Amino acid sequence: MSLLHDAALQRLFGGLIILLVVATVVGRLVARRARDERALATVRNLNARINAWWVMCVIFAISVLIGPIGAVILFGLISFLALREFITLVPTRPADHRALLWSFFLITPLQYWLVAIHWYGLFSILIPVYAFLFLALRIAMSGDPTNFLERVSAIQWALMICVYSLSYAPALLGLGIRGHGTPGPTLLLFLVIVVQGSDVLQYIFGKLFGRRKIAPHLSPNKTVEGFVGGVAAATLLGALLWWATPFAIWQAGLQALIIALTGFAGGLVMSAVKRDRGVKDFGTIIAGHGGILDRVDSLTFAAPIFFHVTRFFYGG
Amino acid sequence: MIASILATTARIVAGSTVRWAGCAPTEEQRIYIANHSSHLDFIVLWSHLPPWLRRRTRPVAARDYWERDRLRRYLAAHVFNALLIDRTAAPGTPPGQLGRQAVDQMVEALSAQQSLILFPEGTRGAGEDLASFRSGLFHVCRAKPEVEVVPVYLENLNRILPKGHLLPVPMLSRITFGTPLRLQPDETKDAFLERARQSVRTLREAA
Repeated sequence: MSLLHDAALQRLFGGLIILLVVATVVGRLVARRARDERALATVRNLNARINAWWVMCVIFAISVLIGPIGAVILFGLISFLALREFITLVPTRPADHRALLWSFFLITPLQYWLVAIHWYGLFSILIPVYAFLFLALRIAMSGDPTNFLERVSAIQWALMICVYSLSYAPALLGLGIRGHGTPGPTLLLFLVIVVQGSDVLQYIFGKLFGRRKIAPHLSPNKTVEGFVGGVAAATLLGALLWWATPFAIWQAGLQALIIALTGFAGGLVMSAVKRDRGVKDFGTIIAGHGGILDRVDSLTFAAPIFFHVTRFFYGG
Repeated sequence: MIASILATTARIVAGSTVRWAGCAPTEEQRIYIANHSSHLDFIVLWSHLPPWLRRRTRPVAARDYWERDRLRRYLAAHVFNALLIDRTAAPGTPPGQLGRQAVDQMVEALSAQQSLILFPEGTRGAGEDLASFRSGLFHVCRAKPEVEVVPVYLENLNRILPKGHLLPVPMLSRITFGTPLRLQPDETKDAFLERARQSVRTLREAA
Protein backbone atom coordinates (compact mmCIF):
# COMPACT_ATOMS: atom_id res chain seq x y z
CA MET A 1 0.00 0.00 0.00
CA SER A 2 2.94 2.29 -0.70
CA LEU A 3 0.77 4.82 -2.53
CA LEU A 4 -1.35 5.51 0.55
CA HIS A 5 1.65 6.38 2.70
CA ASP A 6 4.17 7.87 0.31
CA ALA A 7 3.61 11.61 -0.23
CA ALA A 8 6.01 11.75 -3.20
CA LEU A 9 4.10 8.97 -4.99
CA GLN A 10 0.80 10.70 -4.34
CA ARG A 11 2.09 13.94 -5.81
CA LEU A 12 3.57 12.20 -8.86
CA PHE A 13 0.34 10.36 -9.65
CA GLY A 14 -1.69 13.50 -8.85
CA GLY A 15 0.46 15.42 -11.31
CA LEU A 16 -0.09 12.76 -13.98
CA ILE A 17 -3.86 12.92 -13.54
CA ILE A 18 -3.86 16.74 -13.83
CA LEU A 19 -1.70 16.45 -16.95
CA LEU A 20 -4.08 13.91 -18.52
CA VAL A 21 -7.12 16.05 -17.74
CA VAL A 22 -5.44 19.03 -19.40
CA ALA A 23 -4.44 16.88 -22.40
CA THR A 24 -7.97 15.52 -22.73
CA VAL A 25 -9.51 19.01 -22.66
CA VAL A 26 -6.98 20.37 -25.16
CA GLY A 27 -7.52 17.32 -27.38
CA ARG A 28 -11.29 17.93 -27.46
CA LEU A 29 -10.80 21.64 -28.19
CA VAL A 30 -8.36 20.96 -31.01
CA ALA A 31 -10.76 18.38 -32.44
CA ARG A 32 -13.43 21.08 -32.83
CA ARG A 33 -11.09 23.33 -34.78
CA ALA A 34 -9.80 20.72 -37.23
CA ARG A 35 -11.05 21.47 -40.74
CA ASP A 36 -9.45 19.42 -43.50
CA GLU A 37 -9.13 15.66 -43.70
CA ARG A 38 -5.42 15.48 -42.77
CA ALA A 39 -5.78 17.62 -39.66
CA LEU A 40 -8.78 15.55 -38.64
CA ALA A 41 -6.82 12.29 -38.93
CA THR A 42 -3.98 13.75 -36.85
CA VAL A 43 -6.39 14.94 -34.17
CA ARG A 44 -8.22 11.64 -34.10
CA ASN A 45 -4.92 9.82 -33.61
CA LEU A 46 -3.94 12.33 -30.91
CA ASN A 47 -7.15 11.74 -28.97
CA ALA A 48 -6.83 7.96 -29.35
CA ARG A 49 -3.33 8.30 -27.88
CA ILE A 50 -4.57 10.40 -24.96
CA ASN A 51 -7.33 7.90 -24.20
CA ALA A 52 -4.80 5.09 -24.27
CA TRP A 53 -2.61 7.10 -21.89
CA TRP A 54 -5.48 7.15 -19.39
CA VAL A 55 -5.74 3.38 -19.53
CA MET A 56 -1.99 2.89 -19.29
CA CYS A 57 -1.69 5.30 -16.35
CA VAL A 58 -4.50 3.58 -14.45
CA ILE A 59 -2.96 0.12 -15.01
CA PHE A 60 0.45 1.44 -13.98
CA ALA A 61 -0.95 3.16 -10.86
CA ILE A 62 -2.82 0.04 -9.78
CA SER A 63 0.26 -2.17 -10.21
CA VAL A 64 2.38 0.23 -8.14
CA LEU A 65 -0.40 0.47 -5.56
CA ILE A 66 -0.41 -3.31 -5.12
CA GLY A 67 3.24 -3.11 -4.09
CA PRO A 68 6.55 -4.30 -5.57
CA ILE A 69 5.06 -7.57 -6.81
CA GLY A 70 2.44 -5.63 -8.81
CA ALA A 71 5.06 -3.78 -10.83
CA VAL A 72 7.05 -6.99 -11.40
CA ILE A 73 3.95 -8.75 -12.72
CA LEU A 74 2.99 -5.77 -14.90
CA PHE A 75 6.42 -5.55 -16.53
CA GLY A 76 6.52 -9.33 -16.84
CA LEU A 77 3.30 -9.19 -18.85
CA ILE A 78 4.60 -6.28 -20.93
CA SER A 79 7.74 -8.31 -21.68
CA PHE A 80 5.67 -11.35 -22.63
CA LEU A 81 3.49 -9.35 -25.02
CA ALA A 82 6.48 -7.45 -26.43
CA LEU A 83 8.31 -10.73 -27.03
CA ARG A 84 5.22 -12.01 -28.79
CA GLU A 85 5.19 -9.02 -31.14
CA PHE A 86 8.93 -9.27 -31.78
CA ILE A 87 9.05 -13.02 -32.45
CA THR A 88 6.10 -12.70 -34.84
CA LEU A 89 8.28 -10.56 -37.11
CA VAL A 90 11.33 -12.76 -36.90
CA PRO A 91 12.00 -15.45 -39.56
CA THR A 92 11.91 -18.51 -37.30
CA ARG A 93 11.51 -22.04 -38.61
CA PRO A 94 9.44 -24.96 -37.28
CA ALA A 95 12.63 -26.41 -35.76
CA ASP A 96 12.82 -23.40 -33.40
CA HIS A 97 9.51 -24.29 -31.76
CA ARG A 98 11.01 -25.81 -28.61
CA ALA A 99 13.51 -22.98 -28.17
CA LEU A 100 10.64 -20.49 -28.44
CA LEU A 101 8.57 -22.38 -25.88
CA TRP A 102 11.54 -22.17 -23.48
CA SER A 103 11.88 -18.45 -24.15
CA PHE A 104 8.23 -17.61 -23.52
CA PHE A 105 7.33 -19.98 -20.72
CA LEU A 106 10.53 -20.54 -18.78
CA ILE A 107 13.19 -17.89 -19.39
CA THR A 108 10.81 -14.91 -19.24
CA PRO A 109 9.05 -15.90 -15.97
CA LEU A 110 12.38 -16.95 -14.45
CA GLN A 111 13.96 -13.57 -15.23
CA TYR A 112 11.07 -11.74 -13.52
CA TRP A 113 11.10 -14.11 -10.57
CA LEU A 114 14.80 -13.33 -10.05
CA VAL A 115 13.96 -9.61 -10.27
CA ALA A 116 11.16 -10.09 -7.75
CA ILE A 117 13.49 -11.67 -5.19
CA HIS A 118 16.17 -9.00 -5.94
CA TRP A 119 18.77 -11.59 -6.93
CA TYR A 120 20.93 -9.11 -8.83
CA GLY A 121 23.83 -11.55 -9.29
CA LEU A 122 21.68 -13.90 -11.35
CA PHE A 123 19.07 -11.71 -13.05
CA SER A 124 21.84 -9.59 -14.55
CA ILE A 125 23.40 -12.61 -16.29
CA LEU A 126 20.56 -15.10 -16.80
CA ILE A 127 19.78 -14.05 -20.36
CA PRO A 128 23.14 -12.69 -21.61
CA VAL A 129 25.02 -15.77 -20.36
CA TYR A 130 22.82 -18.80 -19.72
CA ALA A 131 19.90 -18.25 -22.10
CA PHE A 132 22.30 -16.96 -24.76
CA LEU A 133 24.25 -20.21 -24.83
CA PHE A 134 21.33 -22.53 -24.12
CA LEU A 135 19.20 -21.23 -27.01
CA ALA A 136 22.05 -21.70 -29.48
CA LEU A 137 22.48 -25.28 -28.27
CA ARG A 138 18.74 -26.02 -28.30
CA ILE A 139 18.35 -24.79 -31.86
CA ALA A 140 21.46 -26.68 -32.98
CA MET A 141 20.00 -29.84 -31.43
CA SER A 142 16.88 -29.48 -33.56
CA GLY A 143 19.05 -30.46 -36.52
CA ASP A 144 17.98 -27.76 -39.00
CA PRO A 145 21.01 -25.62 -39.98
CA THR A 146 19.16 -23.39 -42.48
CA ASN A 147 19.94 -19.73 -41.63
CA PHE A 148 21.11 -20.96 -38.24
CA LEU A 149 22.96 -17.81 -37.23
CA GLU A 150 20.09 -15.51 -38.24
CA ARG A 151 17.52 -17.56 -36.34
CA VAL A 152 19.59 -17.89 -33.18
CA SER A 153 20.59 -14.26 -33.06
CA ALA A 154 17.07 -13.02 -33.75
CA ILE A 155 15.67 -15.03 -30.84
CA GLN A 156 18.52 -13.96 -28.55
CA TRP A 157 17.97 -10.35 -29.59
CA ALA A 158 14.26 -10.63 -28.90
CA LEU A 159 14.94 -11.88 -25.37
CA MET A 160 17.59 -9.25 -24.68
CA ILE A 161 15.39 -6.35 -25.79
CA CYS A 162 11.93 -7.48 -24.72
CA VAL A 163 12.73 -9.34 -21.51
CA TYR A 164 16.21 -8.61 -20.19
CA SER A 165 16.30 -4.86 -20.85
CA LEU A 166 12.73 -4.21 -19.78
CA SER A 167 13.14 -6.17 -16.56
CA TYR A 168 15.55 -3.47 -15.36
CA ALA A 169 12.57 -1.17 -14.84
CA PRO A 170 11.00 -3.21 -11.98
CA ALA A 171 14.53 -4.13 -10.84
CA LEU A 172 14.79 -0.50 -9.69
CA LEU A 173 12.41 -1.46 -6.87
CA GLY A 174 15.20 -3.48 -5.26
CA LEU A 175 18.01 -0.99 -5.87
CA GLY A 176 19.59 0.36 -2.66
CA ILE A 177 20.79 3.99 -2.71
CA ARG A 178 23.55 5.25 -0.40
CA GLY A 179 21.93 7.14 2.47
CA HIS A 180 18.37 6.62 1.18
CA GLY A 181 17.68 2.95 1.84
CA THR A 182 15.63 1.47 -1.00
CA PRO A 183 13.59 4.29 -2.56
CA GLY A 184 11.77 1.75 -4.70
CA PRO A 185 8.69 2.97 -6.58
CA THR A 186 9.75 6.62 -6.86
CA LEU A 187 12.84 5.62 -8.88
CA LEU A 188 10.66 3.52 -11.19
CA LEU A 189 8.17 6.35 -11.55
CA PHE A 190 10.95 8.86 -12.26
CA LEU A 191 12.25 6.63 -15.07
CA VAL A 192 8.84 5.92 -16.59
CA ILE A 193 7.63 9.53 -16.38
CA VAL A 194 10.82 10.96 -17.91
CA VAL A 195 11.13 8.35 -20.68
CA GLN A 196 7.46 8.47 -21.70
CA GLY A 197 7.36 12.23 -21.14
CA SER A 198 10.34 12.57 -23.44
CA ASP A 199 8.51 10.56 -26.14
CA VAL A 200 5.43 12.76 -25.83
CA LEU A 201 7.46 15.99 -25.75
CA GLN A 202 9.45 14.94 -28.82
CA TYR A 203 6.15 14.21 -30.56
CA ILE A 204 4.73 17.63 -29.58
CA PHE A 205 7.88 19.59 -30.51
CA GLY A 206 8.09 17.63 -33.76
CA LYS A 207 4.46 18.40 -34.67
CA LEU A 208 4.84 22.09 -33.78
CA PHE A 209 8.30 22.95 -35.09
CA GLY A 210 9.52 19.86 -36.95
CA ARG A 211 11.24 20.64 -40.28
CA ARG A 212 14.46 18.69 -40.76
CA LYS A 213 14.15 14.92 -40.63
CA ILE A 214 16.72 13.37 -38.34
CA ALA A 215 16.62 9.82 -39.75
CA PRO A 216 14.53 9.84 -42.95
CA HIS A 217 15.31 6.22 -43.80
CA LEU A 218 14.46 4.82 -40.38
CA SER A 219 11.71 6.97 -38.93
CA PRO A 220 10.25 9.70 -41.14
CA ASN A 221 8.37 11.26 -38.21
CA LYS A 222 11.46 12.04 -36.13
CA THR A 223 12.83 15.54 -36.65
CA VAL A 224 15.86 17.44 -35.37
CA GLU A 225 13.55 20.05 -33.81
CA GLY A 226 11.46 17.38 -32.09
CA PHE A 227 14.59 15.66 -30.79
CA VAL A 228 16.29 18.79 -29.43
CA GLY A 229 13.12 20.34 -28.00
CA GLY A 230 11.85 17.07 -26.56
CA VAL A 231 15.12 16.07 -24.94
CA ALA A 232 15.64 19.55 -23.47
CA ALA A 233 12.10 19.67 -22.11
CA ALA A 234 12.39 16.14 -20.68
CA THR A 235 15.65 17.12 -18.97
CA LEU A 236 13.87 20.09 -17.42
CA LEU A 237 10.94 17.86 -16.42
CA GLY A 238 13.31 15.43 -14.71
CA ALA A 239 15.13 18.22 -12.88
CA LEU A 240 11.80 19.57 -11.63
CA LEU A 241 10.97 16.12 -10.23
CA TRP A 242 14.14 16.03 -8.11
CA TRP A 243 12.14 16.21 -4.87
CA ALA A 244 10.72 12.73 -5.52
CA THR A 245 14.17 11.17 -6.01
CA PRO A 246 17.36 10.64 -3.99
CA PHE A 247 19.09 13.05 -6.41
CA ALA A 248 20.00 16.73 -6.13
CA ILE A 249 18.30 18.95 -8.70
CA TRP A 250 21.28 19.01 -11.11
CA GLN A 251 21.73 15.25 -10.70
CA ALA A 252 18.07 14.63 -11.49
CA GLY A 253 18.42 16.81 -14.59
CA LEU A 254 21.51 14.90 -15.72
CA GLN A 255 19.79 11.55 -15.12
CA ALA A 256 16.78 12.76 -17.11
CA LEU A 257 19.10 13.83 -19.95
CA ILE A 258 20.62 10.33 -20.01
CA ILE A 259 17.14 8.77 -19.94
CA ALA A 260 15.89 10.98 -22.78
CA LEU A 261 18.95 10.33 -24.96
CA THR A 262 18.98 6.56 -24.42
CA GLY A 263 15.20 6.53 -24.90
CA PHE A 264 15.62 8.27 -28.25
CA ALA A 265 18.28 5.71 -29.18
CA GLY A 266 15.88 2.89 -28.29
CA GLY A 267 13.15 4.36 -30.48
CA LEU A 268 15.58 4.76 -33.37
CA VAL A 269 16.93 1.21 -33.13
CA MET A 270 13.46 -0.30 -32.88
CA SER A 271 12.42 1.76 -35.93
CA ALA A 272 15.31 0.16 -37.80
CA VAL A 273 14.01 -3.27 -36.79
CA LYS A 274 10.52 -2.38 -38.04
CA ARG A 275 11.88 -1.01 -41.33
CA ASP A 276 13.93 -4.16 -41.81
CA ARG A 277 10.85 -6.34 -41.30
CA GLY A 278 8.69 -4.08 -43.48
CA VAL A 279 6.11 -3.03 -40.89
CA LYS A 280 5.01 0.33 -39.54
CA ASP A 281 4.05 -0.85 -36.05
CA PHE A 282 4.81 -3.91 -33.97
CA GLY A 283 1.15 -4.57 -33.28
CA THR A 284 -2.32 -3.11 -32.84
CA ILE A 285 -3.01 -3.69 -29.17
CA ILE A 286 -2.94 -0.01 -28.04
CA ALA A 287 -5.23 2.21 -30.10
CA GLY A 288 -3.32 5.17 -31.58
CA HIS A 289 0.07 3.88 -30.49
CA GLY A 290 0.41 0.51 -32.24
CA GLY A 291 1.82 -2.44 -30.34
CA ILE A 292 3.18 -2.74 -26.81
CA LEU A 293 6.70 -2.64 -28.19
CA ASP A 294 5.97 0.64 -29.98
CA ARG A 295 5.14 2.13 -26.59
CA VAL A 296 8.09 0.72 -24.61
CA ASP A 297 10.79 0.86 -27.32
CA SER A 298 12.51 3.81 -25.63
CA LEU A 299 12.28 2.08 -22.25
CA THR A 300 14.20 -0.94 -23.54
CA PHE A 301 17.31 1.25 -23.84
CA ALA A 302 16.66 3.70 -21.00
CA ALA A 303 15.86 1.16 -18.24
CA PRO A 304 19.13 -0.84 -18.15
CA ILE A 305 21.30 2.27 -18.58
CA PHE A 306 19.44 4.23 -15.90
CA PHE A 307 19.68 1.25 -13.54
CA HIS A 308 23.41 0.77 -13.99
CA VAL A 309 24.29 4.48 -13.97
CA THR A 310 22.32 4.90 -10.74
CA ARG A 311 23.81 1.78 -9.22
CA PHE A 312 27.35 2.85 -10.15
CA PHE A 313 27.16 6.42 -8.83
CA TYR A 314 24.62 6.15 -6.01
CA GLY A 315 24.36 2.44 -5.15
CA GLY A 316 24.91 1.36 -1.59
CA MET B 1 -21.39 -20.67 -23.47
CA ILE B 2 -18.63 -23.25 -24.10
CA ALA B 3 -18.49 -22.06 -27.67
CA SER B 4 -17.86 -18.44 -26.74
CA ILE B 5 -15.23 -19.38 -24.14
CA LEU B 6 -13.44 -21.53 -26.72
CA ALA B 7 -13.69 -18.82 -29.34
CA THR B 8 -12.25 -16.19 -27.00
CA THR B 9 -9.45 -18.53 -25.91
CA ALA B 10 -8.60 -19.32 -29.53
CA ARG B 11 -8.42 -15.63 -30.41
CA ILE B 12 -6.16 -14.90 -27.42
CA VAL B 13 -3.81 -17.83 -28.01
CA ALA B 14 -3.49 -17.00 -31.69
CA GLY B 15 -3.35 -13.23 -31.00
CA SER B 16 -5.22 -12.81 -34.22
CA THR B 17 -6.47 -9.74 -36.01
CA VAL B 18 -9.08 -10.15 -38.70
CA ARG B 19 -9.52 -8.30 -42.00
CA TRP B 20 -12.70 -8.64 -44.00
CA ALA B 21 -10.92 -7.40 -47.12
CA GLY B 22 -13.19 -8.71 -49.88
CA CYS B 23 -16.54 -9.19 -48.16
CA ALA B 24 -18.41 -8.61 -44.91
CA PRO B 25 -19.72 -11.14 -42.38
CA THR B 26 -23.26 -11.39 -43.74
CA GLU B 27 -26.08 -13.92 -43.90
CA GLU B 28 -25.04 -15.00 -47.38
CA GLN B 29 -24.64 -18.76 -47.64
CA ARG B 30 -20.97 -19.53 -48.09
CA ILE B 31 -18.16 -22.04 -48.30
CA TYR B 32 -15.10 -20.59 -46.59
CA ILE B 33 -11.98 -22.15 -48.09
CA ALA B 34 -8.64 -21.68 -46.36
CA ASN B 35 -5.03 -22.82 -46.37
CA HIS B 36 -4.33 -25.60 -43.88
CA SER B 37 -1.10 -25.90 -41.91
CA SER B 38 -2.03 -26.14 -38.22
CA HIS B 39 -4.50 -27.72 -35.85
CA LEU B 40 -5.45 -24.17 -34.91
CA ASP B 41 -6.69 -23.31 -38.41
CA PHE B 42 -10.31 -24.19 -38.22
CA ILE B 43 -10.93 -23.13 -34.63
CA VAL B 44 -9.35 -19.71 -35.20
CA LEU B 45 -11.25 -19.14 -38.45
CA TRP B 46 -14.45 -20.25 -36.73
CA SER B 47 -13.74 -18.00 -33.70
CA HIS B 48 -13.61 -14.92 -35.92
CA LEU B 49 -17.09 -15.39 -37.30
CA PRO B 50 -19.70 -13.47 -35.33
CA PRO B 51 -21.59 -15.84 -32.95
CA TRP B 52 -24.79 -15.79 -34.98
CA LEU B 53 -22.85 -16.82 -38.09
CA ARG B 54 -20.85 -19.39 -36.16
CA ARG B 55 -24.01 -21.28 -35.27
CA ARG B 56 -24.91 -21.87 -38.91
CA THR B 57 -21.40 -22.49 -40.23
CA ARG B 58 -20.14 -26.06 -40.09
CA PRO B 59 -16.47 -26.99 -40.30
CA VAL B 60 -15.81 -29.98 -42.52
CA ALA B 61 -13.45 -32.26 -40.61
CA ALA B 62 -12.02 -35.77 -40.59
CA ARG B 63 -14.08 -38.31 -38.66
CA ASP B 64 -11.07 -40.45 -37.64
CA TYR B 65 -9.49 -37.43 -35.90
CA TRP B 66 -12.57 -35.98 -34.22
CA GLU B 67 -13.99 -39.26 -32.99
CA ARG B 68 -10.78 -40.47 -31.38
CA ASP B 69 -11.80 -39.65 -27.79
CA ARG B 70 -14.83 -38.46 -25.82
CA LEU B 71 -13.77 -34.83 -25.51
CA ARG B 72 -13.23 -34.43 -29.24
CA ARG B 73 -16.45 -36.29 -30.00
CA TYR B 74 -18.34 -33.93 -27.70
CA LEU B 75 -16.75 -30.78 -29.12
CA ALA B 76 -17.31 -31.87 -32.73
CA ALA B 77 -20.94 -32.77 -32.15
CA HIS B 78 -22.14 -30.14 -29.68
CA VAL B 79 -19.83 -27.12 -29.93
CA PHE B 80 -18.55 -26.89 -33.49
CA ASN B 81 -21.40 -28.82 -35.08
CA ALA B 82 -18.75 -30.28 -37.35
CA LEU B 83 -19.55 -32.10 -40.55
CA LEU B 84 -17.49 -35.26 -40.12
CA ILE B 85 -16.37 -37.09 -43.21
CA ASP B 86 -14.70 -40.48 -43.57
CA ARG B 87 -11.13 -40.61 -44.81
CA THR B 88 -10.43 -44.32 -44.42
CA ALA B 89 -12.58 -46.74 -46.33
CA ALA B 90 -13.83 -50.02 -44.98
CA PRO B 91 -12.29 -52.93 -46.95
CA GLY B 92 -14.22 -53.68 -50.08
CA THR B 93 -15.65 -50.21 -50.76
CA PRO B 94 -15.45 -49.28 -54.44
CA PRO B 95 -12.92 -46.51 -55.28
CA GLY B 96 -14.37 -43.00 -55.25
CA GLN B 97 -17.18 -43.95 -52.93
CA LEU B 98 -15.75 -42.00 -49.96
CA GLY B 99 -15.38 -38.85 -52.03
CA ARG B 100 -18.93 -39.09 -53.36
CA GLN B 101 -20.21 -39.67 -49.84
CA ALA B 102 -18.41 -36.57 -48.56
CA VAL B 103 -19.76 -34.45 -51.41
CA ASP B 104 -23.28 -35.69 -50.68
CA GLN B 105 -22.92 -34.73 -47.01
CA MET B 106 -21.75 -31.24 -47.87
CA VAL B 107 -24.48 -30.69 -50.45
CA GLU B 108 -27.03 -31.85 -47.91
CA ALA B 109 -25.75 -29.34 -45.33
CA LEU B 110 -25.85 -26.55 -47.90
CA SER B 111 -29.40 -27.52 -48.80
CA ALA B 112 -30.27 -27.04 -45.13
CA GLN B 113 -29.11 -23.39 -45.45
CA GLN B 114 -25.88 -24.00 -43.59
CA SER B 115 -22.47 -22.60 -44.51
CA LEU B 116 -19.23 -24.62 -44.54
CA ILE B 117 -15.60 -24.21 -43.57
CA LEU B 118 -13.46 -26.32 -45.87
CA PHE B 119 -9.74 -26.92 -46.27
CA PRO B 120 -9.53 -27.98 -49.92
CA GLU B 121 -5.88 -29.04 -49.68
CA GLY B 122 -7.28 -32.02 -47.79
CA THR B 123 -4.51 -32.24 -45.24
CA ARG B 124 -2.14 -29.98 -43.34
CA GLY B 125 0.86 -28.73 -45.30
CA ALA B 126 4.18 -27.39 -44.04
CA GLY B 127 2.90 -23.86 -44.53
CA GLU B 128 5.20 -22.98 -47.40
CA ASP B 129 3.01 -23.18 -50.49
CA LEU B 130 -0.57 -24.23 -51.06
CA ALA B 131 -1.00 -27.80 -52.27
CA SER B 132 -3.37 -28.35 -55.20
CA PHE B 133 -7.04 -28.42 -54.21
CA ARG B 134 -9.02 -31.66 -54.02
CA SER B 135 -11.89 -32.04 -56.43
CA GLY B 136 -14.61 -32.20 -53.75
CA LEU B 137 -14.96 -28.41 -53.76
CA PHE B 138 -15.74 -28.48 -57.49
CA HIS B 139 -18.39 -31.19 -57.17
CA VAL B 140 -20.10 -29.40 -54.28
CA CYS B 141 -20.12 -26.13 -56.23
CA ARG B 142 -21.53 -27.85 -59.31
CA ALA B 143 -24.42 -29.13 -57.22
CA LYS B 144 -24.85 -25.75 -55.50
CA PRO B 145 -23.61 -23.10 -57.97
CA GLU B 146 -25.45 -20.29 -56.16
CA VAL B 147 -23.29 -20.66 -53.02
CA GLU B 148 -20.46 -18.13 -52.61
CA VAL B 149 -16.93 -19.45 -52.16
CA VAL B 150 -14.97 -17.14 -49.83
CA PRO B 151 -11.16 -17.47 -49.88
CA VAL B 152 -9.55 -17.10 -46.47
CA TYR B 153 -5.85 -16.78 -45.75
CA LEU B 154 -4.61 -17.84 -42.31
CA GLU B 155 -1.23 -16.31 -41.60
CA ASN B 156 1.27 -17.50 -38.99
CA LEU B 157 -0.89 -20.22 -37.40
CA ASN B 158 1.59 -22.84 -38.62
CA ARG B 159 4.30 -20.98 -36.68
CA ILE B 160 2.17 -20.83 -33.54
CA LEU B 161 1.38 -24.54 -33.59
CA PRO B 162 3.31 -26.40 -36.28
CA LYS B 163 2.62 -29.96 -37.31
CA GLY B 164 3.71 -32.46 -34.68
CA HIS B 165 3.74 -30.12 -31.67
CA LEU B 166 1.40 -29.97 -28.71
CA LEU B 167 2.07 -26.58 -27.11
CA PRO B 168 1.53 -23.31 -28.98
CA VAL B 169 4.08 -20.51 -29.07
CA PRO B 170 2.01 -17.36 -28.56
CA MET B 171 2.82 -15.37 -31.68
CA LEU B 172 0.41 -13.04 -33.45
CA SER B 173 -1.61 -14.18 -36.44
CA ARG B 174 -3.76 -12.61 -39.09
CA ILE B 175 -6.86 -13.77 -40.91
CA THR B 176 -7.92 -12.26 -44.20
CA PHE B 177 -11.29 -12.87 -45.82
CA GLY B 178 -11.05 -12.28 -49.58
CA THR B 179 -13.42 -11.53 -52.43
CA PRO B 180 -16.04 -14.27 -52.98
CA LEU B 181 -16.07 -16.29 -56.17
CA ARG B 182 -18.60 -18.60 -57.81
CA LEU B 183 -18.34 -21.51 -60.21
CA GLN B 184 -18.94 -20.24 -63.76
CA PRO B 185 -21.44 -22.23 -65.89
CA ASP B 186 -18.87 -23.48 -68.41
CA GLU B 187 -15.84 -23.66 -66.11
CA THR B 188 -13.86 -26.92 -66.09
CA LYS B 189 -12.90 -28.67 -62.88
CA ASP B 190 -9.18 -27.93 -63.16
CA ALA B 191 -9.74 -24.29 -64.09
CA PHE B 192 -12.09 -23.71 -61.18
CA LEU B 193 -9.90 -25.45 -58.61
CA GLU B 194 -6.86 -23.52 -59.79
CA ARG B 195 -8.81 -20.23 -59.71
CA ALA B 196 -9.94 -20.99 -56.15
CA ARG B 197 -6.39 -21.86 -55.12
CA GLN B 198 -5.02 -18.65 -56.62
CA SER B 199 -7.68 -16.62 -54.80
CA VAL B 200 -6.27 -17.87 -51.47
CA ARG B 201 -2.69 -17.36 -52.63
CA THR B 202 -3.27 -13.74 -53.68
CA LEU B 203 -4.42 -13.00 -50.13
CA ARG B 204 -1.09 -14.24 -48.86
CA GLU B 205 0.83 -12.03 -51.24
CA ALA B 206 -1.36 -9.07 -50.30
CA ALA B 207 -0.72 -9.71 -46.60
